[in-house]
Amino acid sequence: MSKWLFKGLQTGIKTTRYPAQNEHAPGVTPGLPLGGSYNEEQTRTLARCPAGAFSRRDHELILDYRRCIHCFRCYRGVAGPVNWQSGFEWASATGPINGHMQMDQAFEHSIHILVVDAGDCGACLNEVKQLDNPFYNMHRLGFFITPTPRQADVMLVVGPVTDHMRTPLQKAFDAMPTPRRVIAAGACALSGGVFGPSFVCGAGLRDLIPVDVEVPGCPPPPLAILHALLVAVGRKPSSGLIPSIPHLREKEANTL
Amino acid sequence: MVRVSLNEQSWSCEIEVSPDQLVEVCGWLSTKLGYRFAGLIVEEQRSEWELYYVFCGDTEAGLVHVLVRQALVNVTFPSISARIHAADWHEREAEDLFGLTFKGHPRLGDFLLHNDRWQENLCPMRRSFDGHKPVIERKPELNWRPRRIVKDPGAFAMPIGPIYSGVTESVHFLLETVGEDVIRTIPRLFYKYRAIEKIAEGRHVNDVLLLVERIAATTAFSHALAFCQAVESICRVQVPQRAMVLRRFLAELERFRHHVGAIREICESTALIVAANQMSILEEELLRLTCAFTGHRYLFGLTIPGGLSRTIEDKACQETLDKTHRILRTLGKLEKMLYASSSFLDRLEEVGIVSAVNAGKYGLVGPVTRASGHSCDLRKDRPYSGYDTCAFDVPCELEGDGYARLRVLFAEVYQAVRIMEQALSALRDGPVLAPTMEMRSGAALGWAETPRGATFHWLRLDDDGRVVRFHPITPSFVNWHGFHLAAEKFAFQDFPIILATFDLSVAENDR
Repeated sequence: MSKWLFKGLQTGIKTTRYPAQNEHAPGVTPGLPLGGSYNEEQTRTLARCPAGAFSRRDHELILDYRRCIHCFRCYRGVAGPVNWQSGFEWASATGPINGHMQMDQAFEHSIHILVVDAGDCGACLNEVKQLDNPFYNMHRLGFFITPTPRQADVMLVVGPVTDHMRTPLQKAFDAMPTPRRVIAAGACALSGGVFGPSFVCGAGLRDLIPVDVEVPGCPPPPLAILHALLVAVGRKPSSGLIPSIPHLREKEANTL
Repeated sequence: MVRVSLNEQSWSCEIEVSPDQLVEVCGWLSTKLGYRFAGLIVEEQRSEWELYYVFCGDTEAGLVHVLVRQALVNVTFPSISARIHAADWHEREAEDLFGLTFKGHPRLGDFLLHNDRWQENLCPMRRSFDGHKPVIERKPELNWRPRRIVKDPGAFAMPIGPIYSGVTESVHFLLETVGEDVIRTIPRLFYKYRAIEKIAEGRHVNDVLLLVERIAATTAFSHALAFCQAVESICRVQVPQRAMVLRRFLAELERFRHHVGAIREICESTALIVAANQMSILEEELLRLTCAFTGHRYLFGLTIPGGLSRTIEDKACQETLDKTHRILRTLGKLEKMLYASSSFLDRLEEVGIVSAVNAGKYGLVGPVTRASGHSCDLRKDRPYSGYDTCAFDVPCELEGDGYARLRVLFAEVYQAVRIMEQALSALRDGPVLAPTMEMRSGAALGWAETPRGATFHWLRLDDDGRVVRFHPITPSFVNWHGFHLAAEKFAFQDFPIILATFDLSVAENDR
């Protein structure tokens, strides 16, 4: 067995310097399209968006990141491709973190996460799995996966919330102790993505339980999910990609 | 009445039979002629039911569709699953979604739509059902309880899931045990049922492609390939040579990455943490390589009807192949170390055995069946996308245990890189997208050998390129059916290992 120990030592350190430094390795993120001002040709390109993520306000184009599914149809093989950004710090808080329900500072460097698959296609879940690999190693930041909602501080939900998963999801959420945070990861959990709304899928997680942090992408790369976790505990500022919906958070504050 | 029509171009044959001859014809095909049952496709036409039973043979034998028609009012068909056990779950699916009854089937109902959420007679795939609106009126079985089979004294059922430890897909297992040994394993699936088939209806092909890629993201490219081939065969579009070669290159890159991920899961399940971490380094490197090469970590949005959505330079392919070789060398070293780790092998050898007879009976596909002595691979049997011009082997093992499945996964990685090498040398300049894409109406079957096994996509289009009927038969759906074979009469602690070696995707099964 000692050969495995040496193999591990031999490999050296692979771990990213994020969040202390930015990560620039090729292939860590597929990037996202950018909103803003566009010329006529690009505006025609945007009409091709199959998810209906683009809308127009005056001369500006507004991009609803909840809907963007990384299909690249506004970017590949078109006359006027949209502007593309390559970052990964996409997570947005839906309201002021620690505003309504104080999470003690003790949580900042030790949180337990319950991952709930509410019908995802496997991409988001696989990216969450990658957080455990030596490149991202989320344990170094004090993030741990827990199998039970009773010990969970954060619930990380992927998928459009299928009808069959509504009850298990609700039960898991109710079993979590407070203070708690909910992270919705991926286009499906934010808006239903390509699947919802339909007779079996909802239009995102926030119709069911209050969401604190939203991270767009189809799928969000591991670093974006890591950023979401850091936003949830207040160690990184929110990206503000997604406009907040204050009334939802107030609703939860009232019920508690 | 039996009507036979032959299509020499696609090397397929259609046999139309009356319902009372169905069982005999299907049984004759499978037992006498050695065809494998691939799937059941149900279509609700204006005035009648059309049921296609798809049988797949080896290279010379081709594909056989057995077609049965019956008036819409008559919903009872004979069940073939007593003769062909592989049809069992396909019939249950048709019963749940269309409300058909299969006479002689021992267990129908409570399959896709759980009876504790939905009433039994909902039939969402019927034309009259509106899939865009939520179902308001529910009459679920409130006192639903899982069916117990083992009645021995001291027996108890251990429920696991749908939310359970770690980062896992949602699935429920009922393990019936009398202490240490698991006597019966009953997986309860379809917690993730997203009704892709239903919401695809009425949408344009290009929008349905987005759904197809998200049947199972880890094998997205292969599924998109099967779907695009169905569209191309309906519209009679010839894909440019360069696109075909690049499709092979990308499909094998996906197979490489998927298999490394599958091997990581096996290492994780046996708690060999260093090996699991080494594998996950390689998996992440391959994901990054894929992203830098194509723009997306899971190859989304690349293959489209008629070719590829973007061209890829020869130089980029060469660089990717060089990096793939480097990763393969590391993988080879890890493979040797794994085969020399006795504590690891002890947990895989003679664990979760699927015999060759059972693998054939259940019609299993992919690495699972190849580890049980069946060398079926659609890339050889029904070549597509120019795979017939490639030289490669189909790795096969005989033992059918977890170790055999691991060896097949490793051996297939080497073959995948071999195909990538040949694809690169076959790369010629040219367009990657067919110049015109005229939509036609019609129906066709597209297929591909995904990393998990054979997939068939049945597609019917109207003149505008809108989908009338789409039915994917996925490898995980087939292999989940046979999973209980491996996961019974074994010690409880072996369960996660057997699950990992079976390499099943819940998303792909649930659709």
